[in-house]
Amino acid sequence: MASTGKVRGIIANLVIVETNETVAQNEICMILHREERLMAEVIKINGSNIFVQVFESTRGLKVGSTVEFTGKMLEVALGPGILSRNYDGLQNNLDSMEGVFLKRGNYTAPLDESKEWEFIPLAEDGQEVMAGDWLGEVKENQIVHKIMVPFSFEGTYKVESIVSKGSYKINDCIATLNNGSVSSLTVTMVQKWPVKIPLRSYRNKPRPFKILETGVRVIDTLNPIAEGGTGFIPGPFGCGKTVLQHAISKQAEADIVVVAACGERANEVVEIFKEFPELEDPRTGYKLLERTTIIANTSNMPVAAREASVYTAMTLAEYYRNMGLKVLLLADSTSRWAQALREMSNRMEELPGQDAFPVDLPVIISNFYSRAGFVELNNGESGSITFIGTVSPAGGNLKEPVTEGTKKIARCFYALSQQRSDSKRYPAVDPIDSYSKYTEYEEVIAYFKENVSDSWLDMVSFTKDILIKGREAQEQINILGDDGVPVHHHVLFWKSEVIDFVILQQDAFDPIDQMTPMERQKYMLEKVLNIVKMNFNFENFEEVGSYFRKMINSLKQINYSEFKSDPFHKYESELESIINEKKVA
Amino acid sequence: MEKIAFQKIYTKISKITKATCSLIAENAGYEELALIHKRLAQVVKIIDKEVTLQVFAGTEGIPTNAEVIFLGRPPSLRIGPDLEGRFLNAYGDPIDGGPELTGIETEIGGPSVNPVRREQPSQLIATGISGIDLNNTLVTGQKIPFFADPDQPYNQIMAMLALRTQADKIILGGMGLSHDDYLFFKNTFENAGALERIIAFINTTEDPPVERLMVPDMALTAAEYYATKFNQKVMVLLTDMTLYADVLSIVSNRMEQIPSKDSMPGSLYSDLAKIYEKAVQFPDGGSITIIAVTTLSGGDITHAIPDNTGYITEGQLFLRRDTDVGKVVIDPFRSLSRLKQLVIGKQTREDHSQVMNTAIRLFADAANAKTKQENGFDLTEYDDRTLRFAFDYTEKLLAIDENLAINDMLDTGWELFAAHFSKSEVGIRENLLEKYWPNGKENEKVNINTESDS
Ligand SMILES: Nc1ncnc2c1ncn2[C@@H]1O[C@H](COP(=O)(O)OP(=O)(O)O)[C@@H](O)[C@H]1O
Ligand SMILES: [Mg+2]
Repeated sequence: MASTGKVRGIIANLVIVETNETVAQNEICMILHREERLMAEVIKINGSNIFVQVFESTRGLKVGSTVEFTGKMLEVALGPGILSRNYDGLQNNLDSMEGVFLKRGNYTAPLDESKEWEFIPLAEDGQEVMAGDWLGEVKENQIVHKIMVPFSFEGTYKVESIVSKGSYKINDCIATLNNGSVSSLTVTMVQKWPVKIPLRSYRNKPRPFKILETGVRVIDTLNPIAEGGTGFIPGPFGCGKTVLQHAISKQAEADIVVVAACGERANEVVEIFKEFPELEDPRTGYKLLERTTIIANTSNMPVAAREASVYTAMTLAEYYRNMGLKVLLLADSTSRWAQALREMSNRMEELPGQDAFPVDLPVIISNFYSRAGFVELNNGESGSITFIGTVSPAGGNLKEPVTEGTKKIARCFYALSQQRSDSKRYPAVDPIDSYSKYTEYEEVIAYFKENVSDSWLDMVSFTKDILIKGREAQEQINILGDDGVPVHHHVLFWKSEVIDFVILQQDAFDPIDQMTPMERQKYMLEKVLNIVKMNFNFENFEEVGSYFRKMINSLKQINYSEFKSDPFHKYESELESIINEKKVA
Repeated sequence: MEKIAFQKIYTKISKITKATCSLIAENAGYEELALIHKRLAQVVKIIDKEVTLQVFAGTEGIPTNAEVIFLGRPPSLRIGPDLEGRFLNAYGDPIDGGPELTGIETEIGGPSVNPVRREQPSQLIATGISGIDLNNTLVTGQKIPFFADPDQPYNQIMAMLALRTQADKIILGGMGLSHDDYLFFKNTFENAGALERIIAFINTTEDPPVERLMVPDMALTAAEYYATKFNQKVMVLLTDMTLYADVLSIVSNRMEQIPSKDSMPGSLYSDLAKIYEKAVQFPDGGSITIIAVTTLSGGDITHAIPDNTGYITEGQLFLRRDTDVGKVVIDPFRSLSRLKQLVIGKQTREDHSQVMNTAIRLFADAANAKTKQENGFDLTEYDDRTLRFAFDYTEKLLAIDENLAINDMLDTGWELFAAHFSKSEVGIRENLLEKYWPNGKENEKVNINTESDS
């Protein structure tokens, strides 16, 4: 019999419930208010006072209302039919809700229970299996979706029976398993899992060793992210966090993309809703929507559900990872999740940490990022979750708890610079402050040697050196004046500008420039570094700027042209003749 | 204000603070309204039978035996066709001497639109101001504030802009408005013969500050009515959101909440987002566009109010006075319309995006040259040209006193490029250069006599 209680206090979405019955931390309960049922989560227990955060507006709620505890933590339903769905932070299907406005207490089923799936068994009668092992598969969009032994099953089981190939609904029994006890357990195509508990059921989590291509040059060329790696994008508003994340979500070489729109603008999610059914995955040619699931808990939706939304997204990612897939998880913005924690902590009058955030914030962030990774499954296959979160630092100042807490755990740092964004140098990733720890991994170094070229990483660090030298030269020029420095300084500065304009800057809205495959990135970097290494003959500093401007213009035309197309070659030869004007043989 | 029959009257107040009164009462609903000592108040906390009321007009002079009546409903507005042309206070009661409203009592601050039911904003709003239409194009369903120092003419600009845009309804939410500015809006709308398109909710500096917390929700509830019932294009003007947020901090301070940055409540982001996210394009053609004002203190946009606003809104329009040309301009560096790419080059000419970006890049070059100049260094010949370009660009395209069609703005842009630069210096896609570069004009280091900074 589930426990019940009564509301005895209401402060915004924090409700105090009185009960003497058994209640668990993080247990979900329902507050009955007239004909509505409002979902809430236990966040603190103090004797008979249970503090719950309500996932809805509490307007009109009265003391004395009945509260029913469910005996369960916040769970998601895992099964075929998650892809292409638009969920809120609690995995309610937004599309099946009626009306234009969200109705409080309107919870909708995450999966279609009447849809039939073509099930193909993979396991056989008598086979020994464990949690997460693949029993069979169905085709979900273009993805082979594995039906797995429920993750909650402990120990080993024998497959007592498994259905044969055919059409089944998610709640149909597809297998029975037995672990030696009297009664067997029935397995369907859907299972539940509490979002705040990492879903493991894998053998091993080795260090990431290969690169996840994003098609974004500042990332792939300068600070690549590993498959199964973590990264974050901090930046003041308007500097391009969302545009960069959207670009990654469209172009990255992932099997599955889970996008958590966490406490940001609704219109930005609408953009995904409208574009993804139309746009194609550049690698497979299938519609982007087919590989994508969106968790939309925008800034005007209830704050407590915003906190839940990132966990919901992570759990869905873990589920697909365990099918041996390459999952990319994006969250925009993790700061809103931290703020949701802050709002609740303040309401509970906890002792605040820096900027009134809860003291344990760094630990919470770190635990979350740790759920990403590259894993080897029990059957020898591998899967991964690559996670990139954005951070919205208050006042654009990176010395704040969310940025600092994230920096401790995330291995790639893509710092967006206000200055670059102000001068429309997009993506505004600061090439010098940003870093990827993965290029220091032996495994990754070996990967580059084998898959790109022996000298690739040397070229990249040479590129960074030129950028630093260029910045120094520019500072010198600013201090000493144009003719106060040798012409050589101007040349150095302009060479770094060539790298900036041609490699770093990338127009996210240009159909060709927006996405650069690794092969083309390599081609262009080699071309640009060739120029950087050349000696040019200039009479005076005034020639330098106009010459390089012309050269950059021609290189940009190359970027705008289809790789190795006629126009591409035309601009290449134009570039050649510009080079020959001033090149010292 | 209303009279409710057969309501239980309480007369024993147990606690009074600057902002709140507490009493023992039964059956109160969260966020329900009450009348205390004939003043409107709202339930902000209930613990067992102790109910805490926030008194909008302040608690000055409230005695411990004041009469309290609960109204059984949250704050609401009488919604109906008779709203048109009316000036109302923060409670939705007339201040224009006209008759009481007779519409249907409707809760304010209602639920959010389901994100999957939203349409992507797609209709350009032409304002005639190049700093907006060319560089920061606005779209129906967008939310965007002016960031302005208190001495900028932001209210005038907003009124002019709203009237030029041909919105079906203009709903003004005035918060902490000076009485003079209130009359300015009233006269401007009257003189434009636009009164039947206007509804205003006004809280002036003469009214109790806490009352203004209701103004945005009032304005947006009215907006939702016209945008959903009649599929109208509604433009909501909110001025000044900084004065709104200031009251949030006062209230949270009085309720002894832990302040976060700049003594603002930790919930500031969510509080502001709830307002701004009411901007929407509905599937049936109606839309709510929000143009707000966030006044800055000394141009500081890192303060929690503009900072949180910037994270919520779809860009910002940064007003500043340009000392070179002596006009108010929309700063191209700090301003941004995040929705512009939805219409640029689609509802405007194909060269729009390149003209916009190139002009701004050249303007940035000019800013560098200016720094050099200020530091006493010689300028290159290119620097000189960028400075001349910047002067013309500021005067012809950034100043807010122009009224141009978008194609004229683009043509002006090309004229300015050709007057000061060569084709290779502007770095524009070749097919566009061929089509739009003014014939026979190319400044290949020729000195054209445009005036340099005065
Ligand atoms: N790569 C890019 N190419 C072109 N424009 C960009 C790029 N990145 C950002 N922008 C511009 O900057 C604006 C703000 O970007 P956005 O990602 O929304 O910022 P944030 O999420 O950091 O607040 C966009 O609307 C767009 O105009
Ligand atoms: Mg963003």
